[in-house]
Parts: sequence; C-alpha cells; structure tokens
Amino acid sequence: MAIELVKERYSNAINVVEIGSVGSSMIKIGGETALPFLFKEGSMPNAPVTALEILDCEPTDWPDTLREPFGEAIKDPVRWAKMAVEKFATKLLCVRMQSVHEDYGNGSSEESISVLKAIAKEVKVPLVVIGCGDDDKDNDLLPKASQALKGRNCLFGIATQENYRTLAATCLADGHAIIAESPIDVNIAKQVNILISDMGFDPERIVMHTTMTALGYGMEYVYSIMERSRLAAFIGDKMLSMPFILFVGQETWKVKEAKEFGMRQGVNWEIATSVSVLQAGADILVVRHPDSAKAITGYIREMMKANGK
Amino acid sequence: MIIIGELINGMYKDVTRAIVNREADIIQHLALEQVREGASILDVNVGPYSKDPVRDMRWLVETIQSVAEVPLSLDSTKADIIEEGLKIVKKRAVINSTSADTDRMNIIFSLAKKYNAQVIGLAMDKSGVPRGKAERVELAAIVIAKAIEYGINTEDLYLDPILLPLNVAQAQAVEVLESLREIRLLCNPAPQTIFGLSNLTQGIKTRSLINRTFLTMAVANGLTSVIMDPLDRKLMDALITAEMLLNKNIYCESFLDAYRKK
Repeated sequence: MAIELVKERYSNAINVVEIGSVGSSMIKIGGETALPFLFKEGSMPNAPVTALEILDCEPTDWPDTLREPFGEAIKDPVRWAKMAVEKFATKLLCVRMQSVHEDYGNGSSEESISVLKAIAKEVKVPLVVIGCGDDDKDNDLLPKASQALKGRNCLFGIATQENYRTLAATCLADGHAIIAESPIDVNIAKQVNILISDMGFDPERIVMHTTMTALGYGMEYVYSIMERSRLAAFIGDKMLSMPFILFVGQETWKVKEAKEFGMRQGVNWEIATSVSVLQAGADILVVRHPDSAKAITGYIREMMKANGK
Repeated sequence: MIIIGELINGMYKDVTRAIVNREADIIQHLALEQVREGASILDVNVGPYSKDPVRDMRWLVETIQSVAEVPLSLDSTKADIIEEGLKIVKKRAVINSTSADTDRMNIIFSLAKKYNAQVIGLAMDKSGVPRGKAERVELAAIVIAKAIEYGINTEDLYLDPILLPLNVAQAQAVEVLESLREIRLLCNPAPQTIFGLSNLTQGIKTRSLINRTFLTMAVANGLTSVIMDPLDRKLMDALITAEMLLNKNIYCESFLDAYRKK
C-alpha cells in the first residue's frame, strides 16, 4: 500500500509586505500559506530575502574576519553600501544608525542623517533602517531619518512594547513599513502588533522581530516561538500574521565561537543559524558577512526549486 | 467558535413591527450590529405572528443580504418557509432545524442536499424533550445516521442537545454539558455542537450572568457553536476569554481587542 502524506491545510496566509519603491527594485516578503518549504501543503509566493548589514560609521569593534571582505571601504559607509550592492549583489540593504550611540562616538543626528541620505542616493536597492538601540537617541534620530527617506518605502525599526509611538507615527506619516520587536515571547509579539495597529497602522505594513539568539545559545526556543506564532497565524490570528525579520549577523558575531576560531567558522555559524531560522519561517535574514549572504541566498534558491511543484 | 446571532426573530416585538411595516433599516441595523460584534452567521426567524411567513422570509433574507455578506440560519418549523430562503441566499445557509423524527429529517435533509446547506439537528423527537444525557446522545446519533444516509458531511451538521429553562428543569443543564463531549465523539469528522443559549434563562432575572457562566462551561465541554445575543458585551468577553484559556487563541495583554480584530 502506498504511503499517503498527512497534509495540513490552513485557512489564513501570512501578510505580504512590500519594501522599496518601484524604481528601486521593490522586494516582496511573506504570503506563505504553510510552514517553510512544505510545498505539498501550501505555497511560499515570495522567497525569503537575505540583507547585508552596514553601519553609518566605521564598525570599530567588528572582528577582522568581518571587516576584511570590505577592505578600506568599511571606513566609509557610502562606499561600504555601494560595495554591498555592487560587488556583493545584496538585493536589500540594512543600515544600522549606530554612530549616534554613546559607545560609538556619540555622533549627532544631523551627521548620521546626512550619511544615510548619501547612502540612499548612491544605492537603489530597498532599505531597512534601524536605530542604535538607545530609545532616547532613536526617538530623536529615526523621525528625521524617516522623513529624509520619505517615498522610498523603507522598513524602519525597531518598535518595542515600551517604545513604539514615535516610530509608528513617523512611519505612518512617511509611508514606511515598521519592525515590531518582542523578547522571544509570543504573547508580547502579539501585543506589540496590536499596540501599533491601534495607532491606525496597517497590520499589513508590520514585520515582526521576535528576537533571536545564535546557534548554540538557545536557538530551539527561538525556533519554537516562531513556529507557534506561525501556526496561530495560519489558523486565523491576524495579529500574528506578519512576516519575520531576523538579525542573524548581530547575534552570530557576538558569540565567541564565531569570532575566535578563524573566518570560516564565523561564516559557517552565520549560515547555520540562518538555515535554522529559515526552517522556522524567517522572511528577511540580516547578515554581516558577504560569504554567508551568498551561501544563504544559494540555499534559499535551492530550497525554493520545489515551490509550485 | 461559530456565533449565530439570534436577534432577527419575530419573537421580538420590534422585529415583528419592522416586518409588518417593511422597515428595512431596523432589520439591517440589527444585522450589521450583530456582525460587528462577532456573529459569523445570522439567524432569521419571521416569528409566530406572521400572516404570510413565506413572503416575510423572502423579504428578511433580501433585506439582510443587501447590507451584510454573512451566511444565514433559516429558522422555521415549516419546510416551505425554509426553502423560500434557501432559493435566494448568497452564502451557504444553515437550516434551523430538524428534529430526530424520520419524516422531518427526510424533508430537511433533502432540502439540505438540494441547496448544499448545513443543518441544525435537534436531539428531540415526537415524544418530547430529552430527559437525560443518554437520550440526547442517542437522538443525536439518529440524526447523524440519517445525515450520512443523505450524503451530508458530518462536519456540516450542528447537533443541539436542547437546553431547557433553568427554572423548569435545573438538573438538565449538567446533562447537556456532559452530552456535548459525547456527541463530538459520535463520528469522524466530529459534528458541530450548538444550543440556543437564551433558552436556559427564559423568565429569569439574572440572565446575563447565568448565560455567560454556562457558556464558558459549555465551551470547555466541547461546544463549537452557539445561538446567542452577540450584543451582550460581557457574554462575548466571557466567550473570548474561555477560548483563550482553552489555548485556542494566543494570549496577549489586549486579547479581547485582538480577538475582535480578527
């Protein structure tokens, strides 16, 4: 007797979020109707996307293995951005506005914005723009950044349960999508999405950042929270039907296994972490090393071959 | 949870008046309010005083459908009134209802088959209302068997164990609760379970409190749909909370709002 696959069918799909304006080769994410790569159960109309991450200043604390591929360009954010797009062919660029942070020289918002504008002028790919992580600094910086990129339809972050109003209002005004963060907690993930949508923000313009850790540091927990959230979305929870963004690079290059054992190990760590979260439903993977970006993009391409078959 | 809004019923004086005077806005307002507050199906009953129930049913269905795109539950003891509604519904309808009597089931299941409708089956027959859990389950099984005979999917069947007024038959409430679980086990796919919640508290002062307490108990015992007043905010809150506690929806601080955003 032939073995028949047990197939799940769901009623609800993940929202589709568009990033970028028409001229800047817009990217679409989301739209899944089943768990990742289970093409016999549903479809993934939009392949997950890899984004390279750059800063708006020289990343003085990045390990050499991460700095090396960009050479001297890493000292100049605009050149770095161009290299990420032109040499390393990233289809989505993440700019972290780190320069205003105390630990990064405490730069002025104005300076940071002028760098961002210069980057946006030079590269035409869609942009993810995130703050430095300090709420006060970000609440000053991000509205200006948002306004500077009005019309580019960027993805801005990061809104949290404690600090979402400023960013949500400014994204709403300037037509950007928003990243909603929660601390590996499905209840809070849902709550942040509600809080933001209660401000009149279209839930279909929210991307969830459920936070993560690198491989070896509790990945299983990250995975299960993502999966639980996805399953709830598939059976109809509109407040969890948002695509996921994962800052893989940020987490991976913090851990000693990635930093201390030579370049390949760090790259492999970033790839392995990415592949794990892809299986949990990641839609955007923000990575730091061009080699991992290339490998992950290749992996996604391979996995997507069965789509629609 | 499938919520069938009960308010468009000729038992209510204002609805009867609206039907007689053809005041569409009153009916439409009731329809929209119920949908907004969470009803996924609307019950339609011309009431006992209608002089031309077939025409009234047609008018009600047309009037509701011109503003609300929801399935309707066509509520009547007369097959010709139900059929009049079935002819013109835009969404898949629910027939409310058949008893477990063979002749009645033959008529209703033929209609259901012809118009691809879902059916509410009552655990009740000519001998009267059921007097215990066993009788309810037995009558439910008879309805299921007949439905299968007509090729109706069991998941399109809503089985009603019959809720009796508390001040008349207090001991029956727990029998209903216990029967819910067993009815769900009668076939695969499991049938829906349903009851008219307001029956429980006919003529009782503390209706709202008793209704919502019983509803949460019933949800925990396998109730999958209910005919009720969705405009009773506290009742809806209790229902949403019960479903969340049963892990059917993911908790968050604003879980009541979250449910209503669905």
